[in-house]
This record gives sequence, C-alpha cells and structure tokens, in this order.
Amino acid sequence: MVETDILIIGAGPVGLFTVFEAGLLKLRCHLIDALPQPGGQLSEIYPKKPIYDIPGYPDILAGDLVDNLMKQIEPFKPGFTLGDRAETLEKHEDGRWCVTTSRGVKHYASVIAIAGGLGSFEPRKPPISNIVDFEDNGVEYIIRDPELYRDKNVVIAGGGDSALDWTIYLADVAKEITLVHRRTSFRGTLDSVEKVMDLAKSGRVNLVTEAQVIGLNGNGKLDEVVIKHKKQGEIVQKTNHFIPLFGLSPKLGPIGDWGLEIKKSAIVVDNTLDYATNIPGVFAIGDVNTYPGKLKLILCGFHEATLMVQSAFKIVYPDQKASFKYTTVNGVNGF
Amino acid sequence: MKDIINVTVIDREGVEHQLEAPTDMNMNMMEVCKAYDLPVEGTCGGMALCASCHCYILSDHELAEASDDEEDMLDQAFFVEDNSRLGCQIRIKEEIDGLKVRLAPVDESAA
Repeated sequence: MVETDILIIGAGPVGLFTVFEAGLLKLRCHLIDALPQPGGQLSEIYPKKPIYDIPGYPDILAGDLVDNLMKQIEPFKPGFTLGDRAETLEKHEDGRWCVTTSRGVKHYASVIAIAGGLGSFEPRKPPISNIVDFEDNGVEYIIRDPELYRDKNVVIAGGGDSALDWTIYLADVAKEITLVHRRTSFRGTLDSVEKVMDLAKSGRVNLVTEAQVIGLNGNGKLDEVVIKHKKQGEIVQKTNHFIPLFGLSPKLGPIGDWGLEIKKSAIVVDNTLDYATNIPGVFAIGDVNTYPGKLKLILCGFHEATLMVQSAFKIVYPDQKASFKYTTVNGVNGF
Repeated sequence: MKDIINVTVIDREGVEHQLEAPTDMNMNMMEVCKAYDLPVEGTCGGMALCASCHCYILSDHELAEASDDEEDMLDQAFFVEDNSRLGCQIRIKEEIDGLKVRLAPVDESAA
C-alpha cells in the first residue's frame, strides 16, 4: 500500500517535473508508470534525439533531460511504482482516491494528476484475427521466463534488437528456433546481426526473411504458424510458441474507462487555470489533455503542472493558504 | 517553380481526397494529412518513430529512398507492402506534384 498527497500517473517529463513544483508547496508525490524506467517517451522512443525547445537549453538529448529531471526532483524524495500499470480509480471511504495497479498495489492520495502522455506503452500485436485466442496459450509478446521455451519449437517474428537478442539466447534453450523477418537486412546492433547470421549458417537458427507470419492454427493451444514468404508463398510450420517482437506503442488504456471526458484519445480539461477534469480532484496535464489552443510540448506540460499543483494544495490543505516563494530566495532545501 | 502542389490521399474507407500542399513550408505528407483532418495520428511528430502515418504509394513518382530509420520503423509496422512508406518522411516539393497515396490500416493494438 502506498499513501501520498499527489498520485501522478505517468513518469514522463511532465509527471517528473510535477514532483518539483509540488515539492515547493510541501506536497508529497508518488508516480506510477507502466514502463520499467522513468522518462516516458523520452526514454522509451527517442533517448538519443536532441530537443531544441527546452528553455535555457539550446539543445539537450531526451535521455539527458530525463536524467536532469530526476536529479532536480531528488530533494523531494518521490516514490515510484514502475513496470506496473494504473488500472482502476475508486473513491475510498475516507474521501481519498484509490488507484490499483495491474499487480494489485493500492495507492491512496487526495489528488490524482494524470500525466499519461500518449498512454501506456504496450507490445504491438500483429493483426492476426485469432491471435487473442492463443495469448498465454502459445503466443507471448514479452518473454518473462526463458525456461518456458526449453526443448520447445519456437517462432520469433521481428527485426529489431529484442528479436535478435532473444533468438540468440533461445538458440541454446529451445529445441528449434525460427526467426521470421520482413526484410533480408536487420536493424539492431551489428554484433547481434552477425551472431544470428552465424547461427543461421550453422543450422541452429532457422532464418526466414522476406516473410511474415499471417496466420495461427491450433485447438485452444498453438500448433502451427502460417508464414507468407515473398517468393515461396505460404509455409505452414509446426510450433509450440509464437513470440512477436514488434516493439511497444502507446495506448490510452484503462484510463479511458475512468469516467473522464475523452476526445480523440485525450482527456478534456474544462479550463486552463488548473487543468481539472470532469472528475473533482483529478487533473490531466501534458500531452494527455486537450483544450482549445492545446500544444503538445514538454514546456507547456511543465507550465500546466505548475498551475495544477496550486489547486492540488487547496485540496490537500483546505484550511491553509499556499505561500508562493521563488527558489532563488532560499534554494530548494528551504522548501 | 510551383508554390502549391496537388496530392491525392485515399482514406481507409476508400474515399479520395484532393489536397493542396505548399512547397515552401518544409511540410511532409503526414502534416498535410493532419492539416486536412484526415485520420493520421502522427504520434511521434514526424521522427519516423511510430508508423502511424504508414501509407502506400500508388503513383509512380520516384521518391527519395527510405532512410535506415524509416525502414527500421516499417519493420515494426504491420500490413507492410513493397510500396509502403511513412508519410512523415515524404517531403512536400514540386517533384511529387500529383502524388497518390493510400492510408495503411490502423494498428489496432495501438488504437
């Protein structure tokens, strides 16, 4: 169980900076994020890309901005629940909110700040109509325990680092491993590509390029994959497991079912004063919200977070008046 | 020098849209589609990092070859064909006047 003042859903740049602004008002924060690391899109999608519109930084790598934000909020000792997704929002009997994650961890807070960006990152699922029927019955999007594949027939699809690395790893574990990829060339680190090519040459990996998996057969449990090859047509192959590794993509997810007003996958906020949603005590800041004139920029999210915490203070301490102080007066430790 | 070019976009319902695009604003096809409110997300903002602007080139224009980044992203996309491209990597310039593209199906797991 976790208790805090402001529960922040999403540990991207805006969620992280919220901790700083809340800290100046002596409000405690805890962050939940589906990804195993903080930073959101910046860490997951483009850590090595420079950003040019952060005030005071002519350019800064996305990954470095996240590192700096983590350093900046460190004095306020935020809590983190990472690699776990916020699933449900309920009103607790004492008037506070309770957010439960997919692992069942309950988080209690007076204020919820949704800084969910584009949503939570989830594995891309290939558009095979019956793939859902085989999930956890032969189809896995994430490898949790490699031992599951010992002495089994395994088909992996994808062309990136995770597809290559798992092919290399499972070559020693599985009875037979097949890697299916759309092109003859692979992205991913040169070293991994060469290793897979060597394993293919020595016959330990069955490499099928210019092909994609288009069908799955089986009765309750996966039995065969149908591979469409550019030149050879359809190939049916017996297998115990199919592991599609096509990276992650963001999805609004369970937040969409919390009773919030949603427009085009964004949460509608009714004003630009504190970004309150239609549910009292629940705010939406950063890329996840929408209002007339909205710009999806990190710097706008920082501003939204700063205004939001002022209203959050009034909810957490209804009888007190927040005093506004500049950090230049006493430094961060004076707060 | 032509300041405005015409491009055709066929949406996912098969409806053809004739769009006008300025060549002097450093735009790409994803941005033009969004400007016309066509259902193109452009989630990553045009960095070739999300494939939500995946489309098929139907006309026989010679486009600049796809970069490694674009090919890498197409590896993670679905419904990829030989004429697949990312709209955000197609620059609006005079040479592509008359370009015709069809929007690729939406990746349902990302919707």
